[in-house]
Amino acid sequence: MRQALRICRKEFQAYFLSPIAYIVIAIFLLVTGWFFFSTFFLLNQASLRNFFGLLPTVFAFVVPAVTMRLFAEELSIGSYETLLTLPVTDQDVIAGKFLASGAFIAAMLVPTLAYPVTVSLLGSLDWGPVASGYLGALLLGAAYSAIGLLTSAFTRNQIVAFIVGMAICIGLTLVDQMLFFVPRALLGTLTYLAVDVHFQNIAKGILDTRDLVYFLSLCFIGLYGTSLVLKAKH
Amino acid sequence: MIRVESLTKYYHAFCAVDHITLDVRQGEILGLLGPNGAGKTTTLRMLTGFLKPTSGSIRVKEYTIDEQALEIKNILGYLPESAPLYHDMLVYDYLRFVADIRGVGAARTRARIGELGDLCSINEVMHQPIGELSKGYKQRVGLAHAMLNDPEVLVLDEPTSGLDPNQIVEIREIIRRIGREKTIIFSTHILSEAEATCDRVAIIHRGKIVADSSTARLKETLGGRSRILITLAQADAAAAQRELATVAGVTGLAVLEQTDGHLRLQLDCALAADPRPELYRRIKQTSWELLDFHQDTQTLEAVFRELTKES
Repeated sequence: MRQALRICRKEFQAYFLSPIAYIVIAIFLLVTGWFFFSTFFLLNQASLRNFFGLLPTVFAFVVPAVTMRLFAEELSIGSYETLLTLPVTDQDVIAGKFLASGAFIAAMLVPTLAYPVTVSLLGSLDWGPVASGYLGALLLGAAYSAIGLLTSAFTRNQIVAFIVGMAICIGLTLVDQMLFFVPRALLGTLTYLAVDVHFQNIAKGILDTRDLVYFLSLCFIGLYGTSLVLKAKH
Repeated sequence: MIRVESLTKYYHAFCAVDHITLDVRQGEILGLLGPNGAGKTTTLRMLTGFLKPTSGSIRVKEYTIDEQALEIKNILGYLPESAPLYHDMLVYDYLRFVADIRGVGAARTRARIGELGDLCSINEVMHQPIGELSKGYKQRVGLAHAMLNDPEVLVLDEPTSGLDPNQIVEIREIIRRIGREKTIIFSTHILSEAEATCDRVAIIHRGKIVADSSTARLKETLGGRSRILITLAQADAAAAQRELATVAGVTGLAVLEQTDGHLRLQLDCALAADPRPELYRRIKQTSWELLDFHQDTQTLEAVFRELTKES
């Protein structure tokens, strides 16, 4: 575990060595800021519903961009070999990179705390849903990170990793809005698979174990899949 | 120190390494020699725990790779082929990261990076991104990376490939210097390099070890004969043939070149016999002028070609 934290620290610092971090953060803030405030005054409600409503879609684009380099870059320049012949295990590496990506997403969310602060100055904001919304955002970021990590481990091409990761994340986000195509028998299952349903529950302030289990199992599937992919490379 | 027993690796149906058995003693420099695609890199990758062998066992000291891979990684420094390191990181930051992972204490890290900076002469690039370094510097940073925690065993995969002659000499110098205390295994396809640096050479061909002995013995047993090259002036081929081919120990004589006045001869000799004094005596009795007279022992190069001939 100590090795995982050391790798996490290195990966987190590495984000800020390349321009990607700054570009991703800037785009994220721009997009969320624009969509949030463009309708905020029309709705005339002191809540962050709008911000959290959009988050799964925005994250579906942003998080794969954060995770795409984690394995793909290592595989393409071969540094993966130098890393794995240091005294670390596959699990250390996966955990380290996963934590780094989570930490980066958390860092990306910090500036958005300006939104609730602004809103609370304009009206009476209920801080409960805001707190659980941010918790949900972290879970969502973690789940998407695990998926992004998996797609990044599959290929040495970062663009492929990004596009495939994004496709999966968008699919999971929007699956509940495409249900008019599917037979009734699948309806319950597919609704359960939809990220949006679970995330909006949390963002409303409802902390249901089903939603937590959903996000944690997404993380588990992604990370376990990653470890299988890495194992196959040995 | 290192014991490799009938190590085998299949990539799907392709057999990259075929029942290799190797024994490396402490303090030995072993050269793993072979043409491209012979299985050198695969062998080293299994030794360092990066690839899992299909079958066979690897022991480093008292550890086995199956059960104590972490312990082995702890005492083993590895430089992969062409030193793949993080491009974005500064050299110093990278070495600090490696020290961190290897559990070198904070106080020791600073001193150790300083030492390696001197040993590998990378002090002047310490604060440059690795991606911007020239190949030679990158290789030396890789070497520093491998030696960071002063490992007992050093595994280097083609440490001199792609370097210019000066850099090659420098890297060899470093290898020899650290080889006084450490056990080193390095792979190369350059024969003169193995000849110049190693105590022992194992030649790999198509995944099999085709020769494994000290460099001197290898030349002797597999070469089996030596050559003498003579250049004469004022001599004609027929007379030289008559005079020199009859000397005891000379098994064959060939005229390599005959230009106006100059005659170049190649004499094949049995290794046990040394016909040089007798040859010189005979030449002295004639009116020929001796321009060049030297013995050319069978080089490793010829041995290597002999062993790795495609058949």
